[in-house]
Amino acid sequence: MIAFPPIRSSRPDSGGRRGDALFEHGTAAAALLVLILLCGIFLSMAWGGRLAFQTFGLHFLTSSTWDAVNGQFGALVPIYGTMASSAIALVIAVPVSIGIALFLTDIAPRWMRGPVGTAIELLAAIPSIIYGMWGLFVFAPFLARHIEPWVSGHLGQWPILGPLFTGPPIGIGLLPAGIVLGIMIIPFVASVARDVFGAVPPGIREAAVSLGATRWELLSRVTLPYTRSAVSGAVFLGLGRALGETMAVTFVIGNSHDLNPSLLMPGNSIAAALANEFTEADTDLYRSSLIALALLLFVVTFIILSMAKLMLLRLERISGKSNS
Amino acid sequence: MNAVVLRRRAIDLIALVLATAATLFGLVCLVWILFTTVWEGAAAVTPALFTQMTPPPGSDGGLLNALYGSAVMIALAVAMGTPIGIAAGTYLAEHGRHTKLAATVRFINDILLSAPSIVVGLFVYEIAVRTVGHFSGYAGAIALAIILLPIVVRTSEESLRLVPNQMREAAFALGLPRWKLTVQIIYKGAMTGLVTGTLLAIARISGETAPLLFTALNNQFWNADLARPMANIPVILYQYAMSPYDNWVQLAWAGALILTLFVLALNLGVRLLAKKVLSR
Repeated sequence: MIAFPPIRSSRPDSGGRRGDALFEHGTAAAALLVLILLCGIFLSMAWGGRLAFQTFGLHFLTSSTWDAVNGQFGALVPIYGTMASSAIALVIAVPVSIGIALFLTDIAPRWMRGPVGTAIELLAAIPSIIYGMWGLFVFAPFLARHIEPWVSGHLGQWPILGPLFTGPPIGIGLLPAGIVLGIMIIPFVASVARDVFGAVPPGIREAAVSLGATRWELLSRVTLPYTRSAVSGAVFLGLGRALGETMAVTFVIGNSHDLNPSLLMPGNSIAAALANEFTEADTDLYRSSLIALALLLFVVTFIILSMAKLMLLRLERISGKSNS
Repeated sequence: MNAVVLRRRAIDLIALVLATAATLFGLVCLVWILFTTVWEGAAAVTPALFTQMTPPPGSDGGLLNALYGSAVMIALAVAMGTPIGIAAGTYLAEHGRHTKLAATVRFINDILLSAPSIVVGLFVYEIAVRTVGHFSGYAGAIALAIILLPIVVRTSEESLRLVPNQMREAAFALGLPRWKLTVQIIYKGAMTGLVTGTLLAIARISGETAPLLFTALNNQFWNADLARPMANIPVILYQYAMSPYDNWVQLAWAGALILTLFVLALNLGVRLLAKKVLSR
């Protein structure tokens, strides 16, 4: 027999039960703080933006006037800029990320997968201000010299989409902002895509290969259909990131409040407008309009990120079931 | 070989080439950005960087006040955010693992993880700058703590869950109260994970610019008083890189190099640490 120390049975749970209750409630309060934080951010933005919504109503969303001197504020230009730059980012990031995920799961020799995967993930670690400086000093001149003249010369002649691609090659504008954003969200989309590609049950893959499928057919007919929901989740995650990204965009978007559909012309995004103008906002209405923009951004990213999370959750549940 | 097979092979080959090209594109971007930072930054790194204050346009100086301000605000943010984050993570992994509250918190936490950081800056401006009437280092630290919190919650929950259940059962069998089990056994088992999470969070907040713009703002001079506007590396980089003065732009590149090296070293260090633990 091993001699255990005597249990203090005369006073069961001395300090135990009360300590437990205290500890549980304390940790629950900390968890609750996360929820309170989210509600607090929402409420304070709604409260701060109320003056703008009262003054302009829905006109705030559709007007392109942004005139600090005369106190007229409309959000159309930053809304267009945010949507256009994020759309460009997705056009670049989604195919590249899926390509990277395919490379890392099926093409690369095994020894290469770890280091290359890590390198791609490091793209996410670089602070966004570094992307901004690189974008402004290196990438924008590069774009202006080598890419944009070609773009406006060729795509600018297209019948319907032409106006999107006309303008002087200055390297600052929605297109550079979108490209830098695209590079920034590649690691987020690619790492989720790689993980879910790797989670496809080997049985299905082997069945396809045994029927003679090539690697492209394996990806397009088996892997992508099987992981469709999670890959869309990853894309939405990237979109949520792109919409709210501030510093990198502020450096290269040009900060112009003139409405111009062309992607080669300077524009503005919600986040860039906030970063540039908030400390200079000298009237209550100006400040309130900027906070209203922030509320808009917060609500939209919240919805996009929720959708991303739900799509990713569904896969977790499915793969959890098939595994057990 | 018939035409169908040839076509399928050709399409496959194209797909493989494109996928490899996509990976190369990602790697080229990484190398290009890092090379630029090192190239431009190395020319501007001098000992004065660490001994002198930020200069007015046109004269020499360093980044001492900004480095100090960033360090102090990050330390304060970690001191505020980490205990709360680990406590919340403990609730999610231990006491409330299957509760509705935990499911909701997990969901919201993942959203906060990717929420626009500039909105966090505005939120802190509303609660800690407007109410006080001036920008302050405290406000900056609060904003950074809010960015750090969801990261710590997520990583601490994950690392606590990795502690095998047998440990919990053994401790219960000995009649240990649950809080003692958590503090003395689970935390010890998950220590590497908790440290890893905190380091990752530090790496993330040390480059955050947007939340500091409206909270800590900036300061041209030496300031150790957290109740006043405080210089910090990210905002200095923003202000100097956008400026028309050559010496400011140079300083910005030097700061960018220091920041990038710090962040990458933390990230790679964390990976090595995690690998070591996994292989054990």
